[in-house]
Amino acid sequence: MADTALTAPLRSPLAHAADRLAAATRTSKGAVRLAELPFLTHIDLRLDGKGPAADAVGLALDMQLPLEPNTAVRAGDVTALWLGPDEWLLVAPSGRGRDLDSRIREAAGDEHVSVTDVSAQRTTLLVAGPRARDLLSHGCSLDLHPRAFGAGRCAQTTLGRTQIVLVARDEPRAGFWVLVRSSFAGYLADWLLDAAAEYV
Amino acid sequence: MLLIPCPWCGPRDESEFHYGGQAHVPYPQDPAALSDEDWARYLFFRDNPKGPFPERWTHAAGCRRWFNAVRDTSTNEILTVYRAGEERPVTVEPRPAHPARPAFEDEAVQAEGGPGGAAPSGVEGAESLVDGKGRGGGGGTTQPFRHPTRGRVNRDAPVTFTFDGTAYQGYQGDTLASALLANGVIAAATSIKLGRPRGIFSAGVEEPNAVIQIEEPFPEPMLPATTVELHDGLVATSLPGQGRLATRPDPARYDAVHAHCDLLIVGAGPAGLAAAAAAARTGARVILADDQPELGGSLLGTSELLDWVSELSDQLEAAPDIRVLRRTTVFGYYDDNHLLAVERRTNHLGEAAPAHVSRERVHRIRARRVVLATGAHERSLAFADNDRPGVMLAASARAYVNKYGVLPGRHAIVFTTNDSAYASALDLAAAGVGITAIVDTRPEPGEWAQRATAAGIEVLTGHAVTGTEGGARLTAVTVAPYGETSGQREFAADLLLVSGGWNPVAHLFSQAGGKLRHDETLGSFVPDGCRQAVEVAGGANGALDLAAVLAQGAAAGARAVEAEGCTPESPRLPNAPEQPRPTPPMHVYVVPGAPGAPRFVDLQRDVTVDDLARATGAGMRSVEHTKRYTTAGTANDQGKTSGVLASGVVSELLGVDISALGTTTFRPPYTPVSFATLAGRDRGALHDPIRTTALHGWHVAHGALFENVGQWKRPWYYPQPGEDMEAAVLRECAAAREGVAFMDASTLGKIDVQGPDAAVFLDRLYTNMMSTLKVGMIRYGVMCRLDGMVFDDGTVIRLAQDRFLVTTTTGNAAAVLDWMEEWLQTEWPELKVHCTSVTEQWATVALVGPKSRAVLGSLAPRLAVTHADFPFMAWRETTVAGIDARVCRISFSGELAYEINVSPWEALALWEALYEAGAPYGITPYGTETMHVLRAEKGYPIIGQDTDGTVTPHDLGMSWAVSKKKPDFIGKRSYARADTVRPDRKHLVGLLPEDPETFLPEGTHLVADSVLPAPPVPMLGHVTSSYRSAALGRTFALALIKGGRDRVGERLYAPVGDRLVPVTVASPVLYDPEGARRDG
Repeated sequence: MADTALTAPLRSPLAHAADRLAAATRTSKGAVRLAELPFLTHIDLRLDGKGPAADAVGLALDMQLPLEPNTAVRAGDVTALWLGPDEWLLVAPSGRGRDLDSRIREAAGDEHVSVTDVSAQRTTLLVAGPRARDLLSHGCSLDLHPRAFGAGRCAQTTLGRTQIVLVARDEPRAGFWVLVRSSFAGYLADWLLDAAAEYV
Repeated sequence: MLLIPCPWCGPRDESEFHYGGQAHVPYPQDPAALSDEDWARYLFFRDNPKGPFPERWTHAAGCRRWFNAVRDTSTNEILTVYRAGEERPVTVEPRPAHPARPAFEDEAVQAEGGPGGAAPSGVEGAESLVDGKGRGGGGGTTQPFRHPTRGRVNRDAPVTFTFDGTAYQGYQGDTLASALLANGVIAAATSIKLGRPRGIFSAGVEEPNAVIQIEEPFPEPMLPATTVELHDGLVATSLPGQGRLATRPDPARYDAVHAHCDLLIVGAGPAGLAAAAAAARTGARVILADDQPELGGSLLGTSELLDWVSELSDQLEAAPDIRVLRRTTVFGYYDDNHLLAVERRTNHLGEAAPAHVSRERVHRIRARRVVLATGAHERSLAFADNDRPGVMLAASARAYVNKYGVLPGRHAIVFTTNDSAYASALDLAAAGVGITAIVDTRPEPGEWAQRATAAGIEVLTGHAVTGTEGGARLTAVTVAPYGETSGQREFAADLLLVSGGWNPVAHLFSQAGGKLRHDETLGSFVPDGCRQAVEVAGGANGALDLAAVLAQGAAAGARAVEAEGCTPESPRLPNAPEQPRPTPPMHVYVVPGAPGAPRFVDLQRDVTVDDLARATGAGMRSVEHTKRYTTAGTANDQGKTSGVLASGVVSELLGVDISALGTTTFRPPYTPVSFATLAGRDRGALHDPIRTTALHGWHVAHGALFENVGQWKRPWYYPQPGEDMEAAVLRECAAAREGVAFMDASTLGKIDVQGPDAAVFLDRLYTNMMSTLKVGMIRYGVMCRLDGMVFDDGTVIRLAQDRFLVTTTTGNAAAVLDWMEEWLQTEWPELKVHCTSVTEQWATVALVGPKSRAVLGSLAPRLAVTHADFPFMAWRETTVAGIDARVCRISFSGELAYEINVSPWEALALWEALYEAGAPYGITPYGTETMHVLRAEKGYPIIGQDTDGTVTPHDLGMSWAVSKKKPDFIGKRSYARADTVRPDRKHLVGLLPEDPETFLPEGTHLVADSVLPAPPVPMLGHVTSSYRSAALGRTFALALIKGGRDRVGERLYAPVGDRLVPVTVASPVLYDPEGARRDG
């Protein structure tokens, strides 16, 4: 029995909504693109941004952790999102959690650094296409104008009635990542599909 | 919606923040050294000043930082913010109020008006339509009052509609009101109290009379016919005051959108358009909102500068960074320049409205600056019988002629106190309406009167209308020298145009917190000063001269974009038509007239001068009081035409100056907005987020019924065919007690606590000692507030020397994390601890029952499951069904039990493996109801069900969970307060009804005697939980009872309906009190 379970595929929070998201993308003729990006590695990193640990960890990750609030920095396939003055969310491809955890802990040495794998805490929705900003502005009170929330910006805020981490990807065509708590993901997918009704 | 500047993230909507009470109230150094009184002072007493007040806030939906803000409690203005631990800044000045329109010299120059310009409309070349019978004319047989050429309606698009059962024709571009007038229908309603016939009175949102009900395409009540755009298939009926809501669900979509701009211009009349012209193409982001389908505002009604309007409309449409919102009413002006507007997107399309487009949309606009160019409403006069159909505001009649090409009557009398009605009279005369006389209360004729006389119109200066005649429509008007009863003349007329002056539309300015002042020249209230970044231009500011209006608008637009760092345009402003020299208006409110005839002030509420006299006679001296006494101004027009008139009448009745009396308060919404629109997409399934676990689909597929726990959907029970809830729960309980059962416990809150000081931190938070917990072990913990009352409970798992995993109750996860952060960030910043929510990082399955060990063992070959190897309150990392898992030996039922934690991505595989492996033992899924019964049988309390914020751990019989060794923890000092050591505190106890079948409803009170004494009946406590128990074979309950633990064995009585049910007090642990079943 254990053997059969071993091969059981992982099931993401929005697996049940994938068809509807794809259909909306298709019928909008590219105006909006909606999809879940499942199983990405999310690491919550806590350390003193002004202390020696920031440099050490930055070196290990080959990046300068963003110190300006609500900005993101990308190095290779790891993106660091500013969540707070001593908190970052590292987003990386699937399956990188253990590697990042050990690299950070090793670099931090005895410094007060916390590393928590939160990959399943949230799932990631891609919201892209020419109408992506319009779609998000139905439920997000931030100013999403490219001058105010351009590439490389991120924010913890609310969309509809749920909290999200919103990331403007570093190329305009790449659209936005919407990171949402897994338990709220079904609600948010329903909300996005309803809000997209005018664009599809 | 306040815009609160988070010291880290910058300005965000207030809904992202949580309030934390007064700042700078530090936790006492040594609580044990404080007297009860001093401790109570720390716990319960806070300042409550008017004015600046330092407060704690947390950016809960953002960076989760606690910070301090100084807020002015009288204005809600956030004066400054600073980070936790920083000193309060010394000087904090509130924003100063600044004038609604700063005076600038250049405007005065521009306001002189250009030379020449378009010729004023006059009587020359007037085409007469009158055939003497009130029929025929240029509109053809179906629209006898339609002018053949005038108006902006689309004559190529005729529209059929039905009103009060009769089919009519109109044109695209009509309102329901203009189309009715075109068909000779002016009476559109009867009044609410007196049942008097009422006619179309205005041409806009201020309409008090013609409030109608739409029947098709979808029922909608109480809409002014003057604001309903005509479309094919519209069916409407007149209303006797009140409308009807639809009885079927509205199929239309409604939505909302957030918008941001440097400048919001409200109103696209001459002032608003001039402001937009100055602000366009400057790089500033501009929104121009107007409630009409086309731009132009009052210019469409006066037919002036239409070429400029058309040209500028095209330019604005093409300009970058400017959004023009037509059919959009800005209805609310809130804190920090947050304005709400409703856009009517598909109403005018009728049945042709596309289903996927929202019918109405709320724009939530955050504007750096606002220019209000909302114009002015004409004021009526309180004369005898002033409510007959055919009495109409003068400028509205002009709008019907010029904008819609409709003649509101054939023979008109004009009654005015000011110049503006003369232009209306001349335009109507030019269109063919016979103007029999202009009745002007002013004694001396001015240049306008000369012009009217030259056009062949009789002008009666120093006269007033003293009465009217007519039934369904006005037939005659009586005129007399102003203030006299002799010298009356009677004129036949079907139309009486009235102008009592102009009221600036200052509603939004007033909502913004702006102050109004009385303008002597205008005879009305105009914007004065405001603390928000808003300017007022044009008619809304009291300017009536078109050249001045244009100049004010352009200057306001330019100042706004300049303040935002852009270089304003010098727009080409058109030359306003040259006008006769103005004559000052006369301020008249009440007109003497025939005794006994009603003089209406508020037409929609049927409030007369006599009603207001009764209010002042009863001693009222404030317009706020007369408003509430008479209901004047409370109808859905909110007194737009009557408010200032009512103030004027009351000031005359009281003999005081109107400037001292003021107006009533303006509140949002400016015009009615439907609840469906405000709800937007937050209805039905999207009304509140539904939180689900990774196993939700399985629960649904297996017939679970769900219970709402916070926003979570948790399986409540899984009825099998033919089972009711009672049967299902008894079956699920029996499986857990006798075989094996499993439950989805993923909703429990989980917080990862890391850092060298993690143990110290948890020792301070929990009542019990956590630092002595060994790695690999688990401890149950209770968390209290400072007052010692239980706040939450859960388990603490020690993962490593410096790392714990804390669980919380399902509903309290966010509150506990906020609580932890507040203490860490504000009181204990020296502790090296980080807290991270991991609620959804783990899915949790509770496996319960004597057979649970066998099931687990079959799936976890590497786990030694014997009691000796895996004792109670230990955890192990292993694989279960090949899935990485952390297995905890915890029991919330008294049975042998495990909690298996895995990645939610693999939860379904785990659950299905358990279901399969447990099948030989009859494994049974169970829900929250069974969980509650199982725990209640063991006397385990549920926080929030058996507690209500007034219960200490001692009250729950959990003194064992309160450390006596720790020097301090949150709540400790409160356990020494006199109040918490009272012997008659309520204790949690068990209750056994003497009849084992009797079920006590939760909330039932308990009394001492079998006969109720006379009230007040001494209450001993109440039932907090009540169930039927399979294991006990009877009903039982938990209750909070005064001195309950000393009453065990006593008989009490529970009033249920009209019976007093005898019950016996018992220990709360009713099942397996020895704990023999826990280890299997």
